[in-house]
Amino acid sequence: MATVFRRNPRQTSSRDSAPGPRFAFFAAVSIALMLLDQRGGWINDARFYLQTATQPVQSLVNSPRTVFTWIGGLFESRESLRAEIAGLKTRERELSLAQMRFEALEHENAQLRALKAALPPLVSRQQVAEVVSLEMNPLRQRLLVNKGKRDEIFDGQAVLDARGLLGQVSRAGPWSAEIILITDPEHAVPVQLARNGLRSIAVGAGNSGELLLPYLPVNSDVKAGDLLVTSGLGGVFPAGYPVAVVTGIKRDPVMLLAQVRARPLATLERDREVMLVWFDASHPAAPVTRKAAELPQVTLGAPTDRTGEASTDEPAPGAEGEGATDAQGKP
Amino acid sequence: MSLRKTRDSYLLVYGTVFIALLLMLVPLPRFLSVLRPSFVALAILYWSTMSPRSGGILVGFLAGLMLDLLQGSLLGEHALAMSLLAYLAVRLHLMTRAKPIFEQGLLVLISLLLYEGLIWAIDGWSGHPLNSWLRWLPCFIGAASWPVVVGLLGRLHSPR
Repeated sequence: MATVFRRNPRQTSSRDSAPGPRFAFFAAVSIALMLLDQRGGWINDARFYLQTATQPVQSLVNSPRTVFTWIGGLFESRESLRAEIAGLKTRERELSLAQMRFEALEHENAQLRALKAALPPLVSRQQVAEVVSLEMNPLRQRLLVNKGKRDEIFDGQAVLDARGLLGQVSRAGPWSAEIILITDPEHAVPVQLARNGLRSIAVGAGNSGELLLPYLPVNSDVKAGDLLVTSGLGGVFPAGYPVAVVTGIKRDPVMLLAQVRARPLATLERDREVMLVWFDASHPAAPVTRKAAELPQVTLGAPTDRTGEASTDEPAPGAEGEGATDAQGKP
Repeated sequence: MSLRKTRDSYLLVYGTVFIALLLMLVPLPRFLSVLRPSFVALAILYWSTMSPRSGGILVGFLAGLMLDLLQGSLLGEHALAMSLLAYLAVRLHLMTRAKPIFEQGLLVLISLLLYEGLIWAIDGWSGHPLNSWLRWLPCFIGAASWPVVVGLLGRLHSPR
């Protein structure tokens, strides 16, 4: 009897007569999710995969633009294409001239460094990836691209576009990867002024056209128009890649630090394609991996560490050191 | 017969909420995206008021979760605010339905302000405060467009 009543849609079922407990339940679930998300950990991975699952929605939203550009491409006139080809040809000529000079410089550099042969190219491999979706809000500046672990993309890989540094891979999934842009407020790039080698850190400001350099002293030698390049510290980006141009400096004598703003060279919000880059680890400008950057273990009291270059010849420097401390401790 | 009818209305509710989600994500120029009201919140309000059986807290929660995933906000933030919105609308649906459209708009404004206020509070608590007056503007635009929402969605289904 009761089941018959419940099936009748006009009968107020238990579902809408008690919205309070339902709301309490969903509110509790939401709050639990928020706490977990705030703490990070496994839920970040879950979130990444869910986000990847919503990728079709993103491409659906972007589809009108894709269709418009496709139709525009169909009606592009012969003249404009010819003009584009001519422009590209002159650019190619200029670049190959610069390349000639560059190669000569490379050899000269190798000779100056007293190396036997020219250095191998810094970029050992590159992979072009298409931007699937982008998040550009003050809290998150991220891109999702259509290449992932299947294309050997790894976490922390440097991402460039034709003009400069774009960001790094923050999470690589099997078929897609999330890229954190240099303008994300949670991202910082170790940089160097190309003019005088002054090192600092460029932090994202949360909008696609701005970086902040919050750690430069008031009296530091910075000018508007200075080029910022990667300094190679930090173990992610190689040295010498252009990042941004200084746009404005505010020096308040009361403050210890100058407020320096810079504009990224990469066209963060207009890029449809980005470049993921692998670097040759044997090149001196390549980013130092964390393993290699770790300082050798120095045991206190072991005298061999000062003179010995490779402690592998020593049978057991640790044991010796312990013996020494014991001997010191005894009297 | 009646079973088929409820299934249709479920389809209608989820379909329109999904379209509202897409409208939230369509890239717009900056000055327009500042003005964009929360279409999802309006759809949830409408369905929770007019058809609390098929549209309700569960739909609100799911739509909010999708919004969190797609917009990259704190997971559960919009889900909580949207559940609250749906809960209020379901609780007050008999009262709201009896009111003239102008008063309904006022109630919508209050609900939207509450919704935005909750999100603002969560943003601040999680360390991402965004204290611009502009963030309250879409609430007023959303309330002003309530008659349009009622007109559009009302054509798709006849309130029972």
